[in-house]
Amino acid sequence: MKRRGILYFAGVLLLLTGVGWMQSWNVAFGILNMCLISAIMALGVNIQWGYAGLFNAGIMGFVALGGLSAVLVSVMPVREAWAIGGGGMAASLLVLAVTVGAIFFIRKRLSSPFRFWAVVLVSLAGFLVMRSLYLPAAELIESINPAQTGFLGGFGLPIIFSWMIGGAVAAGAAWLIGKLSLGLRADYLAIATLGISEIIIAIIKYEEWLTRGVKNVTGLPRPVPYEVDLVEAGWLLDLSQYLGTGLTETASLLVKICYFLLFLGVLAIIMTLSERALKSPWGRMMRAIRDNRDAASAMGKDVTSRHLQAFVLGCAVCGIAGAMLVTLDGQLVPASYFPLRYTFLIWVMVILGGSGNNWGAVLGGCIIWFLWIEAEPLGYWLVHAITFPLEDGYWLKQHLVDNAAQTRLILMGAILLIVMRFAPKGLIPER
Amino acid sequence: MDILNAVVLFGNFVIIPATTYGAQLALGALGITLVFSILRFANFAHGELMSFGAMLTLFLTWYFQDAGIHAGPLPTVLLALPAGILGAIAMALVTERTVYRFYRSQKANSITLAIVSVGVMFVMAGLIRFMIGPDEHVMSDGARFLFKASEFRQATGLREGLAIKTSQVITVGVAVLMVAALFWFLHKTRTGKAMRALSDNPDLALLSGINPDRIVAVTWALTAVLAAVGGALYGLDKTYKPFVFMQLLLPIFASAIVGGIGQPVGAILGGFVIAYSEVILTYAYKKFLTYLVPESWAPEGLVQLLSTDYKFAVSFIILVVVLLIRPTGIIRGKVL
Amino acid sequence: MSFLSATGMSGGYGTGPDIIHECDLEVEAGKVAVVVGPNGAGKSTAMKGVFGMIRLREGRVMLDGRDITALSPPERVSAGMAFVPQTGNVFVSMSVQENLEMGAFVREDDITGTMRQVFNLFPVLKDKRKQIAGELSGGQRQQVAIGRALMTEPRLLMLDEPTAGVAPIVMRDLFERIRDITATGVAVLMVEQNARQALEIADRGFVLVQGRNRFTDEGRALLANPEVRRSFLGG
Repeated sequence: MKRRGILYFAGVLLLLTGVGWMQSWNVAFGILNMCLISAIMALGVNIQWGYAGLFNAGIMGFVALGGLSAVLVSVMPVREAWAIGGGGMAASLLVLAVTVGAIFFIRKRLSSPFRFWAVVLVSLAGFLVMRSLYLPAAELIESINPAQTGFLGGFGLPIIFSWMIGGAVAAGAAWLIGKLSLGLRADYLAIATLGISEIIIAIIKYEEWLTRGVKNVTGLPRPVPYEVDLVEAGWLLDLSQYLGTGLTETASLLVKICYFLLFLGVLAIIMTLSERALKSPWGRMMRAIRDNRDAASAMGKDVTSRHLQAFVLGCAVCGIAGAMLVTLDGQLVPASYFPLRYTFLIWVMVILGGSGNNWGAVLGGCIIWFLWIEAEPLGYWLVHAITFPLEDGYWLKQHLVDNAAQTRLILMGAILLIVMRFAPKGLIPER
Repeated sequence: MDILNAVVLFGNFVIIPATTYGAQLALGALGITLVFSILRFANFAHGELMSFGAMLTLFLTWYFQDAGIHAGPLPTVLLALPAGILGAIAMALVTERTVYRFYRSQKANSITLAIVSVGVMFVMAGLIRFMIGPDEHVMSDGARFLFKASEFRQATGLREGLAIKTSQVITVGVAVLMVAALFWFLHKTRTGKAMRALSDNPDLALLSGINPDRIVAVTWALTAVLAAVGGALYGLDKTYKPFVFMQLLLPIFASAIVGGIGQPVGAILGGFVIAYSEVILTYAYKKFLTYLVPESWAPEGLVQLLSTDYKFAVSFIILVVVLLIRPTGIIRGKVL
Repeated sequence: MSFLSATGMSGGYGTGPDIIHECDLEVEAGKVAVVVGPNGAGKSTAMKGVFGMIRLREGRVMLDGRDITALSPPERVSAGMAFVPQTGNVFVSMSVQENLEMGAFVREDDITGTMRQVFNLFPVLKDKRKQIAGELSGGQRQQVAIGRALMTEPRLLMLDEPTAGVAPIVMRDLFERIRDITATGVAVLMVEQNARQALEIADRGFVLVQGRNRFTDEGRALLANPEVRRSFLGG
């Protein structure tokens, strides 16, 4: 079994080397870096689905929260915006906190007939007061230099901190969401998390005072050198001459390798921790609960709180990956978050790799990301091959060529269906 | 007079759009509910099935438009719809035969089936985008309005106008017909009763000699009819965009669950609850209130509870609240 | 040979161990046969074996001289058998009349005559035929369940603990109705917890212990048998 796993990984490396030779090493390392991020996301989902059997269809939301953290950590604060609207925002946050506190108090203290209406009344009143403070503050903040900032900015810290903080933010959100929804049966949980992730994306997209929304935040600082600086260094010239590649190409390859080393380090740490957790008594209990929930709860295991732990941990890992992703891109583009890409694709990775097996999740992450990228040229090639008899410029051919990239969705679906049908344990099955 | 203006305003911007949208959601939610009660899983591919039916309808509509075939004042889509329905039925039956039947024979659990439906969703989404591309298309033609706001103003002398689009009347009318036909089928025909029996108690249905494979095929066919009609009506009322149906899946699921999963009446009720909540919570009441209160009290802001950006979020806030305080839904559904 | 004769049945659930061992059950047309025994004796399993709901490793089931061992449960329904499970034996969300219609699902001919007969047997169902079965009392539900099974006009009616959870007075009434059913020539095979009362109306009784036949005799004879009384009827 172990040998098979090694073979698979060797296969992926071979494929990437092939891309390096045939296309370019820049492309190969670009794919590889995204493979690593995908692998981390898949590890996060594996903690939830593989260990605990939780169907979280809201991965996108936690990935996006990680991405948001990258912005909030690294961008310089916009002092004017803080001065003009910070107070209003803080006040509305305070009102929110007081309202939530009041609701908890009411739920604890009041008896049934009044409770419901009291909660409705308090939340409505709190909402209206909060809104009256928040709306003007948001408008003020957004009015400060809208073309460049128009938001509060961040803390101006090195972006690498955001990887931890992104994990923590995602974990916090997951704790809240898990508290609310983990009691639900499996398919309701999936639908509820799918919805919550859409709400998170909506907030990131439309709360411009916090995120600049669809105006995007670009040019985030990097944890690795910039190409322009590298090009000026003398040793790079020697290196590029030695390698026989262009100067800018070498620089950009070097940057990608720096990211690669960083990402590999993070993956190694998360992988080690996940493997330890899986083999610990905690992991064994988790799987016992997954395999027979009723028996486990009859034995006195607190199923819901174990599920909450797995949910929070998995989401934290997804948050880390989300922050890394935005760091790599150097920008946050809220409109680019789609469930197909950030939730269900990760699911395909975990299921292909082997639910419950961390190595499988990593493998699945790498393979699926590779295919997701390479299916595009493959799709073009395929469509060209099929439409070969048609002459160029014929509408049907043009139409099919234009939409060839969409074949990758079909490929992903087919992989998921074939694995579920013929190898439900995945490529590297759980031991 | 001002009260009348306020009522007309409310009707034009809240009641009419919400009713139309509610009818569309109800059709979608009915499909989700049928699959849930007979096959017992949450079908993530349902949005794409709607999209598929709408796309085929659109293709034929283009053909008819090119060939100069029109339905007079009615949109050409209505002529093309039967083909869209047939195509959706074929699609649903093919997935049943090639994908879902295997898992039923394995007695797979509902989560496995839900994940499998994600795979079907991917394939369908890819197929649709491959065939029609990712762009937006207008589906409506013929007479745009039953009557326009200006005509209404002239006829009544009110300051506010009330416009009713042809597509809105068709949407509601067709939805009512569909729902009536579905309920007649479920309660009056032998096959329909057998569907309810299978949903109620599969073991006993088997003992009674009801063939589940046949009933499941009928269920998929009905689901596809509802999906194609719902999808085409949505496209007719707004526009056809492939990715919209992934977003639409959320309010549809919410409608089915809020109403009471497995209960057709609940799905309809849920559709309207979600639609009305979305519109009511995101409508700006400034003008409405200005008509009703003395001039000096007139509100300054938009008087909007939630910005329209959060329209889709509303359905999920409602869903989460309902799941927390009454997980069985408004009409007590089956929680299997 | 008897109308139903199941001989040498051995089998269990799935790939698990055998629950019944070389078990024999039989019943004549127009007669009542009752299977009794302690908890876990394999009574229900034996019934499922007769109806084809478990796979028999060994043994044969003959109905009216025809070997039906290989038939599926729905095929056995068509062959003239009907089965009323112990739980989940009505469609709770459907009306009484719809329950009966579903019972007759395999029939293509006119079912109004059969329905009239069921209503004659259980007059209360006629009054409540529009009512949802899930809202009926326990005894009435059992009547719906039996009525549903009778809709195929079976020649063998199998009942798994028809009196579970109903009041004693209702139980007596149900047993009387079951005797009425046999008057039309239907054979009845049932499993019962209320062994004493059931054996009183039984033409034949089978005492199962640990999946094997322990005693087989006429109902009254078993009631009179001191060993049976001591071990299974509480003295």
